[in-house]
Amino acid sequence: MYSFRDINSLQTDLRSGSISCTQLVNELLAEIEKKKQLNIFLEVFQHSALSKAKEVDEKLKAGTAGKLAGLVIALKDNICYKDHKVSASSKILENFTSLYSSTVVERLLAQDAIIIGRCNCDEFAMGSSNENSAFGNVLNPLNEKTVTGGSSGGSAAAVAAGLCHAAFGSDTGGSIRQPASFCGVVGFKPTYGRVSRWGLIAYASSFDQIGPLTKSVDDAALLMEVIAGADEQDGTVSSKPVPSYSSEINKFSAKPRIAYLKDCIESEGLDPEIKANINTTIEKLRKSGYTVEAVDFPYLDFLVPTYYVLTTAEASSNLSRFDGVHYGYRSKNGTDLESTYKKSRSEGFGKEVKRRIMLGTFVLSAGYYDAYYSKAQKVRQLLRAKTLEILQNYDLVLTPSTPGTAFEFGKNSADPIKMYLEDIFTVQANIVGVPAISIPAGVHSNGLPYGLQLMARPFEEAYLLGFSKQLEKLIPC
Amino acid sequence: MNNYDKYEAVIGLEVHIQLLTKSKMYSADSAEYGGLPNTHVSAISLGHPGTLPKVNKRAIEFAVKLGLAVNAAIREENQFARKNYFYADLPKGYQITQDKTPICNGGFIAIKNEDGSEKKINITRIHMEEDAGKSLHDQDPFDSLIDLNRAGVPLLEMVSEPEIKNANEAYAYLTEVRKLVRYLDICDGNMEEGSMRCDANISVMLKGSNTFGKKVEVKNMNSIRNVQRAIDFEIKRQIEAVEAGEEIPVETRSFDAVNGLTFSLRSKENANDYRYFPEPDLQPVIVSEAYIKTVKADLPALPHELYKHYTSTLGLSAYDAGNLTDLKGIALYFNELITHTTNHKAAANWVMGAVKSYLNENALSIEQFNLKPNRIAELIAIIDEGKISNTVASQKVFPAMLEQPGKSPLKIAEELNLIQESNSDALQDLVNQAIAKYPEKVSEYKNGKVNLVALFMGEVMKLSKGKADPKLASQLVKETLDKS
Repeated sequence: MYSFRDINSLQTDLRSGSISCTQLVNELLAEIEKKKQLNIFLEVFQHSALSKAKEVDEKLKAGTAGKLAGLVIALKDNICYKDHKVSASSKILENFTSLYSSTVVERLLAQDAIIIGRCNCDEFAMGSSNENSAFGNVLNPLNEKTVTGGSSGGSAAAVAAGLCHAAFGSDTGGSIRQPASFCGVVGFKPTYGRVSRWGLIAYASSFDQIGPLTKSVDDAALLMEVIAGADEQDGTVSSKPVPSYSSEINKFSAKPRIAYLKDCIESEGLDPEIKANINTTIEKLRKSGYTVEAVDFPYLDFLVPTYYVLTTAEASSNLSRFDGVHYGYRSKNGTDLESTYKKSRSEGFGKEVKRRIMLGTFVLSAGYYDAYYSKAQKVRQLLRAKTLEILQNYDLVLTPSTPGTAFEFGKNSADPIKMYLEDIFTVQANIVGVPAISIPAGVHSNGLPYGLQLMARPFEEAYLLGFSKQLEKLIPC
Repeated sequence: MNNYDKYEAVIGLEVHIQLLTKSKMYSADSAEYGGLPNTHVSAISLGHPGTLPKVNKRAIEFAVKLGLAVNAAIREENQFARKNYFYADLPKGYQITQDKTPICNGGFIAIKNEDGSEKKINITRIHMEEDAGKSLHDQDPFDSLIDLNRAGVPLLEMVSEPEIKNANEAYAYLTEVRKLVRYLDICDGNMEEGSMRCDANISVMLKGSNTFGKKVEVKNMNSIRNVQRAIDFEIKRQIEAVEAGEEIPVETRSFDAVNGLTFSLRSKENANDYRYFPEPDLQPVIVSEAYIKTVKADLPALPHELYKHYTSTLGLSAYDAGNLTDLKGIALYFNELITHTTNHKAAANWVMGAVKSYLNENALSIEQFNLKPNRIAELIAIIDEGKISNTVASQKVFPAMLEQPGKSPLKIAEELNLIQESNSDALQDLVNQAIAKYPEKVSEYKNGKVNLVALFMGEVMKLSKGKADPKLASQLVKETLDKS
């Protein structure tokens, strides 16, 4: 079986003819079948993947193949791909077929990537363990007793298990970075507005971003270069030009000033081994000549509540369209319009989704709006200002990606608050809208990996990726 | 004083103006009226997952136009908001509208009361939003069907202050609004087809009171006349209820045009909580001062401006000015006509008379009229020069012009041998002939029967085959009779 290292070496191997796209896809299809028990893929797009592979093989021969030629990609099950099913891992969209492709998919296909299937995730991207999927848990390929994290759990696991070369997820509060940390891969969340959301099934519109999960920072940079940039279909995307991240990161020679949030490192919930590791990393960085300083961020406790008030508010509205009338699941028990709504939604949505819809509906309701939604908006402004203030004095902010390593199934399910705190380090980047990355930082004595997170100023993806590549070399794991 | 006179009504109107844009408010789907059900729908109109709205710039332009036309303040930073509710023809489960930041605030519509005085009805706000689809309940024996062609079609909602006092004022207000949107070319103003819709908020209170009564909203009035009828009915109903000591429930009522009454649709006491919040999928639209200037520069002449121009500068009567400005096409025709003639009164008469009757008889619009305004001006000119009479012009020359629009009226009159005899020598001959024909009538005239002039005139006209200049002829007839 072909051993994938990175996109660049794949390009060399394909162009030298030592492997073909068709072979790659066939090998990976067999591998997916072999690791079926992990429940990573909800559906394998065997037919379209093989036909794209054939097409790209011909292009390779003709010398017309794009820069992602033969790269086999898995999609989170909330990214639309024309004429393919997309369900957001929800019963309410089971068997729903998308009429169109997301901008991200179109740009990937235009560069001759091959899309092999759609990956399990938390229903409507709501969750931190992939236990909220209507189609079962995803097992962590590194330890099948533990979760992959979520919500892009299937995508992270697919990369970790070698079932694809790279995957795409969506990140609303850490949904790319947390599973990346749990599965030992690189997870990248772009600046809000860097990547088009056209064709991403919305969870919380002002937080969601699509991003790559990869084996290396190099691959993340190349994929970002392909998917980022202005899009007619999404007015919230910035028209700022997209630098050539893949070449920019090789030229990176800056000595960033790095801040680490004291409150994060000292937070009670942080695993001591992870804490020790991050302290070691800080020391290594200092020895390598970087300025690394502790800064106060006394707003840590505000992050998760702000996140949950605002994301659930947006979600309660975004998920209104799943009503059993126009498409998707419709209850057979409805007797009129009202009961069709109620029964279709009660039967079609899972527990966590319903919890968030109710919470979001509540915080937007007359009489509660000011106390919750408006207040959370104000806190968001404050958090944004305070974070950007730190990022004025420092180029990057360093935190652990997660408080611990992948946990066992069911461990957090009984207590949603505990589950919500899984996102404590990651939600900040979404609240503020800055880019963030999780890169593998070490392996715990329990055998599981964990990541560290870096955040940068808005639209400084090139800088963030460039330094991450340096750090990748500094902390091999 | 009877019981009805003790009360006054307080009425505010919400007008939904469906915009004549090619595409929908937030997508490129066709906004055209009609079309087979569900043919103007892409994934966006269908509310499919992952789709995003994009603001139609033309709709912004139309909103600014209307705002400028009513002297409203135009907002620079326009946010959109979601209004959340479930309905079968609302595929997203929310309507994208504007909540706290409508594109226009303030302004007014001036209406004319029956006594000719003017009253300003102030506008509260105008905001942009999208229409819903249509639920069809009578097409299938078992199911309701949904047509989403209209879902997403751009609307402006214009809300008036509650300053309308009665049904006649409401009628005048809506007539002005319809005229305005047609002048601006932003809406066809067709209430029957629903491209302009009106909801009326009506309450009654004792005259002089400053406490408003409970407000009732009336919907489903598909003509301006029906709005008038519904308001009349509703005021009477509410006064009678108050007089009978009943509480008026805050509710939404529907107008039944067949029976001319309103009936309760739903109570507003437990109304929907729409949970408005800023639309996160759309960036605020910035309407700059410079942009407003360019829209303003392109604004057509508006009916009230033309009315003022016609009455004060051209000296036309209020009636004529009103008549000429009723329809934009007629006003534009008249405007062009008066660039070719200074006889404004004659121009007005020709347009309101011969031109309009021809159009009415043949069910044509002025845009379909094949006679160019300069031809009418030429016609007026040859009348004024005494070459043909008004009667000949309207009975003979004008019909011939319609047949041969490319030909000048002078040429037509010449060809038809209609140029009137204004040579007094030639005319004198005819007058002499006419007088010679009836000697006994001459003596009767001499004895005081002065109205016999008409008889001789008739004879002169007959002899001249209608071409005699009547003014000159009548003068000559009188002179000759007096001399004989």
